[in-house]
Amino acid sequence: MAQSVAPPAVSSTGTTGSTGTAVTPLPLRAVLPWAVFVGTLMLVLLYFVGAEQGATSVFSGAEVHEWVHDGRHLLGFPCH
Amino acid sequence: MHASTVRNLLVRGMIAGVLAGLCAFVAAYVVGEPPVRDSIAQEEIHQEGAHSAPAHQHGGEAHQQGGEEEEELVSRPVQSTFGLATGVLVYGVALGGIASLVFAGCLGRIGRFGPRATAALLAGAAFVTVYLVPFLKYPANPPAVGNPDTIGKRTTLFFLMIVVSVLLAVVAVIAGRRLAPRLGNWNAAVAAGGGYAVAVAVACLVLPGNTDAIPATFPAALLWEFRLASIGVQALLWTAFGLIFGALAERALRPGKAAAVAAGEAAAPVRTAG
Repeated sequence: MAQSVAPPAVSSTGTTGSTGTAVTPLPLRAVLPWAVFVGTLMLVLLYFVGAEQGATSVFSGAEVHEWVHDGRHLLGFPCH
Repeated sequence: MHASTVRNLLVRGMIAGVLAGLCAFVAAYVVGEPPVRDSIAQEEIHQEGAHSAPAHQHGGEAHQQGGEEEEELVSRPVQSTFGLATGVLVYGVALGGIASLVFAGCLGRIGRFGPRATAALLAGAAFVTVYLVPFLKYPANPPAVGNPDTIGKRTTLFFLMIVVSVLLAVVAVIAGRRLAPRLGNWNAAVAAGGGYAVAVAVACLVLPGNTDAIPATFPAALLWEFRLASIGVQALLWTAFGLIFGALAERALRPGKAAAVAAGEAAAPVRTAG
């Protein structure tokens, strides 16, 4: 009985909810499908703002590049 | 039920991204456009001076990447308003969406932070890892700086730097969480942050620099003004996103059924038979 008078390394397995502020994590299983599909879609959007018709082109011409030109410079992307 | 919570967070992240993008657009228009305009003027002055540099012009004509004359595609007034707004808003929505999903994964896993604090920390981390660190190696350049022939290499290096920075940050966060039980939260966070800084410094030393020299005739004060504006726009974007999304996420997680169920689970862990 009365084993280990709690040295600094308390409770190796996470939080013992002393205060009620701990937030329960969402299961990663629920996040993953969204992350894969929507994450990919968002990265495609970023590509069009940041790089399309610069280094590589999905569409020929320079309309996309010219349209987002100022944003591309100010957001920090290499532009031309 | 959890899936609907994630969807809720995603929608709110994208809304927060639009609103943050609007703030950033106003800042970009007010403080960013003057140096962009002056840089383009520099470029035009320089091109008149019998300089047979690779011609690419703004305002009037499009970039002559194929070496052939092209008609004006987008006028300067449109580039500086609707074009700028499109770029910044799409950037805001896209990163807002991604950030909300990262938030959904991080909430409750990076320490004892509530939704608003988690959102603020995440926004700060995103600003540093996605923008500031890559900026330190490959700083934003105004029009008139940069050789169109090297755009491929510069784009590759820039995106590579972002990927390296984000991956190192993920490793640092995971390492920090592993160290927390041994070192305590504060020291673990300091160790993780320090490790990230050192690793990023090494990456900066290893990766090749930008080969395009700033033209000697380009005014230093103008370059400074442009880069400061760029940092300001991004800092405002992420600050606004962190605060707006934090408020929206907190509301999404508080009154809903999902939150109530989650709280119930936290209070009394459910034992599945066995």
